[in-house]
Amino acid sequence: MRSAKHISLLSASLLIARKDLAIEFRTRTAFFSAVVFALLGIVIFYFAWDPTAVAAIDLAPGVIWVIFTFAGLLGLHRSFGVEMADRAIDGLLGAPVPREAIYLGKALANLVFVSAVEAITIPAVALFYNMPFGGQGFAIAVIALLASIGLVAVGTLFSAMAVNTRLAELLLPMLSLPFFVPVVMPAAQATARLLAGRPVAEVAGWVRILVAFDIAFVVACMLAFPFTLEE
Amino acid sequence: MTEADRALHQVVEAHGLVRSFGGRRAVDGVSFALAGGECLAVFGPNGAGKTTLLRMLAGLLKPTAGAARIAGVELPGGPDVRSVVGLISHASMLYGALTARENVELAAKLYGVSRPRDAALRSLERMRVADRAETPVRSLSRGLQQRVSVARAMVHEPEVVLLDEPFTGLDAAGAAALSGALVELRSNGAALILVTHNIEEGLSLATRAAIMNGGRFVRVEEREGLDAAAYAASYRELVS
Amino acid sequence: MSDISLRGEAARAPVAATRASGRGIDWFFLVAVVLVVITFVRVVYFTPVEAIQGPAQKIFYLHLPAALAAFMAFGLVAITSVLYLWLKDPKLDLIAESAAEVGVVFTTMVLVSGPLWGKPVWGTWWTWDARLTLTLFLWFVYVGYLVLRGAIEDSAMRARYSAVLGILGALLIPFIHLSVYLFRTLHPMPIVLKPSAPSLPKDMLETLLLSFVSFTILFFAFLRARYHLALDRAAIEAEDRR
Repeated sequence: MRSAKHISLLSASLLIARKDLAIEFRTRTAFFSAVVFALLGIVIFYFAWDPTAVAAIDLAPGVIWVIFTFAGLLGLHRSFGVEMADRAIDGLLGAPVPREAIYLGKALANLVFVSAVEAITIPAVALFYNMPFGGQGFAIAVIALLASIGLVAVGTLFSAMAVNTRLAELLLPMLSLPFFVPVVMPAAQATARLLAGRPVAEVAGWVRILVAFDIAFVVACMLAFPFTLEE
Repeated sequence: MTEADRALHQVVEAHGLVRSFGGRRAVDGVSFALAGGECLAVFGPNGAGKTTLLRMLAGLLKPTAGAARIAGVELPGGPDVRSVVGLISHASMLYGALTARENVELAAKLYGVSRPRDAALRSLERMRVADRAETPVRSLSRGLQQRVSVARAMVHEPEVVLLDEPFTGLDAAGAAALSGALVELRSNGAALILVTHNIEEGLSLATRAAIMNGGRFVRVEEREGLDAAAYAASYRELVS
Repeated sequence: MSDISLRGEAARAPVAATRASGRGIDWFFLVAVVLVVITFVRVVYFTPVEAIQGPAQKIFYLHLPAALAAFMAFGLVAITSVLYLWLKDPKLDLIAESAAEVGVVFTTMVLVSGPLWGKPVWGTWWTWDARLTLTLFLWFVYVGYLVLRGAIEDSAMRARYSAVLGILGALLIPFIHLSVYLFRTLHPMPIVLKPSAPSLPKDMLETLLLSFVSFTILFFAFLRARYHLALDRAAIEAEDRR
């Protein structure tokens, strides 16, 4: 009999995350689609409102976060698609790998994906909307990270479910968006305040909600994930 | 092997395995025992439950009823069972965008194989596909993909190998490489369960032959002394 | 043609003989309906009109009990979801399905009656009132739940996935509540008069209580009827598969 030392949750998660990112890096289609979608969205929003009525700086946070959620959904959708193509998921399931590692690994890869899209679109917004990001840049980055964790935690789980259903493209946004609201709202509100030059202490309440949401849903989704696998 | 010998080296034991989906029993009471070095060929029509049986033994599905042990571990044994089993199915279970070596190396790492890169290349070499190791899998022909798939399944030197129609899509060279690899595994003490439509190929590797229909083994006999042609004829009659 | 229908009926005969729904009069449901009718009569004719809000205020006798029923349904979905993942009993999944469908109906009632009440009394169709917003999200989760169920053929997978969504949906509710609360404290919002029960005069309170009782009974009547339907459908599905 083989020695009972199996791969740890962390190592397996990292392996799976690296694998997902390697695949995405080779093809890059999802990433480019998400970035182009985000940029187009930002531009459309700019032309869709009356600049004399609402200043760019007031509109920007809302626009950023709405765009991120939809661009993120594009990326989330492909997360499990790649596993179903040749039943590669059976390869993962047949290995002595804890099932939660599949969830964590994919969520991590999705987080990198979403963060990469954000890293490109936030400067684009600063450019198109003529906004100074300057001093509050770090705080905004932290908020973006916390919010992305929340989006990815829920989105990864729902994409695991949606990929097995008939209406995958419709179902993923439909199920995810109500869950994105307690993420998007605090993120947008906090970003707005920071851009307006308010002190960081003022957005503490919003940050707390984000952290609470992240902890609650990463744990809940990780525990729920094995139930999305047939066993 | 004598009965006594076999009893000492059971690698796979199944007792009344049942698997239901909703109200339907896909596997309806399967029992058998297999020792290291033996190969059980399972023939049967579509829908007989062969794939479901293999998936249970591979740790992908939990039995609804009955019991089974793989290398002494009770099913579903979690990682302990999965680490000694290799599964080959008609889906390649490969990531098209990654190279052959990357796919096999990933499996090696997930199974905790030491020096995963070397193990991956060795496994690819055994399946005569090492020269395409750095090619993305989706650029390979179906036959070569299947060879990579086999290399992937065997990189951790499993004690039990489950094969679901593995010869599908393989050309003569690929089939020869697979047979060679399987014979080698058998002589190293692995137990094989081979599900196939191809009676000739199945019998050429088997030490025991079973026919599965309606979720059950309706006929089981030792390979020794079986006339392949007669067996094939009676099989066709049984399932028509 | 007639051959096919005869065969179909013969196949269904075993289920028809033992089926739970549609046999005779559903007395429980009848009682519930009668109670609701009595309630309405009392609301319209025998309850005084509220001084400030006028006759439109009477919608509240529907709005509040419907909200209670909606949240009860949701709680039932959450509880049966947890129990299903633990015990794997398909009946639990059928209860969850029934509760979700009934819940959607009551939630819609709340969302429709809210604006109908709001417009004449406060001048706006919609206020992002904490409770109304929460109910709106409840509606979205319910609808997502039912669409998810509709998109899955395999009954075991459907039950598992629905249970996961049911539990996560329940986890979502406190976060929505918190978000809306934070949002409202930082933004000027129209002040919504909270119809608090203790300050209601006696006969209004009695009407409200009667309404709560009759709506709750109606909820359970709907639930029971829908559950029987679900049982029969599952039995027919099982037969068709054999």
